[in-house]
Amino acid sequence: MPHDSVWWVSVALMGFLAVVFAFVFAGSGEREADYAPLRDRAYRLRTRLFWALVLTLFPAMIYNLVDLPYDAPRSASVAPEVIEVVGRQWSWSLSDTEVTVGRPVEFRVTSADVNHGFGIYDANMRLLGQTQAMPGYTNTLRHTFEAPGTYRALCMEYCGIVHHSMVAELTVAAAQGE
Amino acid sequence: MADHRETIDRGARRSVLAYLVTGVLVLLSMMIVGLLMRLEQAQYIALGPMWFYQLMTLHGAAMVGIAALSGAAIMCHFLWQYVDLSERIVVANLVLFLAGVVMISAGILEGGFHGGWTFLYPLPTTTVGAWGSTSAVLFLGGLLVIGVGFLLLHLDVARAVTARYGSLAGGLGWPHLFGRSESEPPPAAVVASTMVTIVNVIALVVGASILVMMLVNVYVPSFTVDPLLAKNMSYFFGHVFINATIYMAVIAVYEILPRYTRRPWKTNKVFLASWTASTVMVLFIYPHHLLMDFVMPKWMLIMGHVIGYLNTFPILVVTGYGGLMIVYRSGIRWDMASKLLFLSLLGWSAGAMPAFIDGTISVNYIMHNTMWVPGHFHTYLMMGLVSMVFGFMYYLGKSGRESGESAIDRIALWMFVLAGFGFTLTFLFSGKMSAARRYASHVPEWVPYDQLASFLAAMVIAAATVFLVRFLSRLRFATLDAARVTLVRGG
Repeated sequence: MPHDSVWWVSVALMGFLAVVFAFVFAGSGEREADYAPLRDRAYRLRTRLFWALVLTLFPAMIYNLVDLPYDAPRSASVAPEVIEVVGRQWSWSLSDTEVTVGRPVEFRVTSADVNHGFGIYDANMRLLGQTQAMPGYTNTLRHTFEAPGTYRALCMEYCGIVHHSMVAELTVAAAQGE
Repeated sequence: MADHRETIDRGARRSVLAYLVTGVLVLLSMMIVGLLMRLEQAQYIALGPMWFYQLMTLHGAAMVGIAALSGAAIMCHFLWQYVDLSERIVVANLVLFLAGVVMISAGILEGGFHGGWTFLYPLPTTTVGAWGSTSAVLFLGGLLVIGVGFLLLHLDVARAVTARYGSLAGGLGWPHLFGRSESEPPPAAVVASTMVTIVNVIALVVGASILVMMLVNVYVPSFTVDPLLAKNMSYFFGHVFINATIYMAVIAVYEILPRYTRRPWKTNKVFLASWTASTVMVLFIYPHHLLMDFVMPKWMLIMGHVIGYLNTFPILVVTGYGGLMIVYRSGIRWDMASKLLFLSLLGWSAGAMPAFIDGTISVNYIMHNTMWVPGHFHTYLMMGLVSMVFGFMYYLGKSGRESGESAIDRIALWMFVLAGFGFTLTFLFSGKMSAARRYASHVPEWVPYDQLASFLAAMVIAAATVFLVRFLSRLRFATLDAARVTLVRGG
């Protein structure tokens, strides 16, 4: 799951920083009287660190721009099923609540009152994707369900006192012939 | 220009101490409010959603406010050593802040307002009977009053910097960065204050504009605002304002750590360039809050994604690395002040990691508005900014070179470090498990993390109480000019 990757990459980076700070803390006790040579070495190391960051982060930054959730897939072979979604305090209205595994779904999401967030959760309560529901605007969320089951749509933008209970259910059926 | 060999440190003005005392008292109160929210999610107590969301709104608004107030205390204390700020304006900002706090508290606690501190239009004015229009006006008006106070403060900083350095460009060190100025570049405190002033003046005007539009909307419902425009304005203001708090507080690190290590924190070209870059980036990064608003212009969302990555460079390569550089083999004699300031650099740098990752569009798709978000901002605000503030307070509380600290302080520090990072990691892990943020009640799968977080939050509060009591008990030393820094080993 991408959630796990996000967690482990973050923990690794934070852990690395903690180790570096601990190393410097431990090495701070004895003074190197002449700071200039130490400073010059540190500046050289900083230049290398800068380029290491450039060479690491820039490819990651660009790679993560390749597959954005904003666009329809270029090679879509099956026409998506369109579901109109309207959020209002404090319920979801979906034009259809049954979809099929493997068929792309286009959720066209808007709001009748305040800002909401339309987040799709699987049976294990893992967030698969989301978009904002905003009055006067329609955001299109595209998703292809890969497994049958009961999914839930939760509100992902604070919208008032019943925000946490603003839930809808979505049934994903197995494709015919499976 | 700050001299790193200087041994006598200025005492704090009473106005700075008033900022700090107000800040830390509200901080501790709001930490307790935060604990109540976690206890509610952990199902240890039963406040009910009405109280939960009221406390959530109070916690958010107050924490942002006192982060700004505490950061401003640090900024003013050190900036006063280089430029001539108006004490009346500094005091006026505090008076307006307190007036705003009263209005906000009344709107929430008396009027039942619980529209969230981000005041996302049209929720605050769409009450559905949950709160009256007076409550909304008190809350929005309170924010406006506080914003006016900070606008006055920053305009005065702009005036004072311009008077001393010729222009705001001079305060940012541009004559040295882009020209061939032979004079001494401005000190870090001036560079940081100038940057904060530039971005905050713009942000406060934008924030005040949307607040005024919403106040008009309360009384004239036919006057409406485009929700997407309102969202852009709210997040632009909110992002810049909360980030500026760290850029003010980090001045304590720039000013105090060099005194402990007897090594200068030079405002060389790399330093000046990074602060100029931060000035630009903090203004243009805000669309990373709108990555899930698919109707936004795509170039703006990609801009937010890209700047999120670039923004880590000044934090890691300049400030974080700069701190490591002057501490390594410095012979520093550690005390509570220096340890907390050193810790703050780790907190800020570490918090920037899950933050920039969350600013990645494909990650935001599955992490936006989960507990991952409070996970990263609690890391750099609590372990970063709050550590800077507590470090500054311990520093002011010293009457001389002796630290005057006890085993209780050291135990509290370790408790703060371990429980603090544990607490923020619990948030992040909950986010990894897709736990939604701003929920009064969590599904059973998420509750165990809330329970663990509650224990860790209680430990953080215990540690913060020790820091606060120590500061209050040593307040009389804070106004004195004194040699506060312990000498280095072999120095």
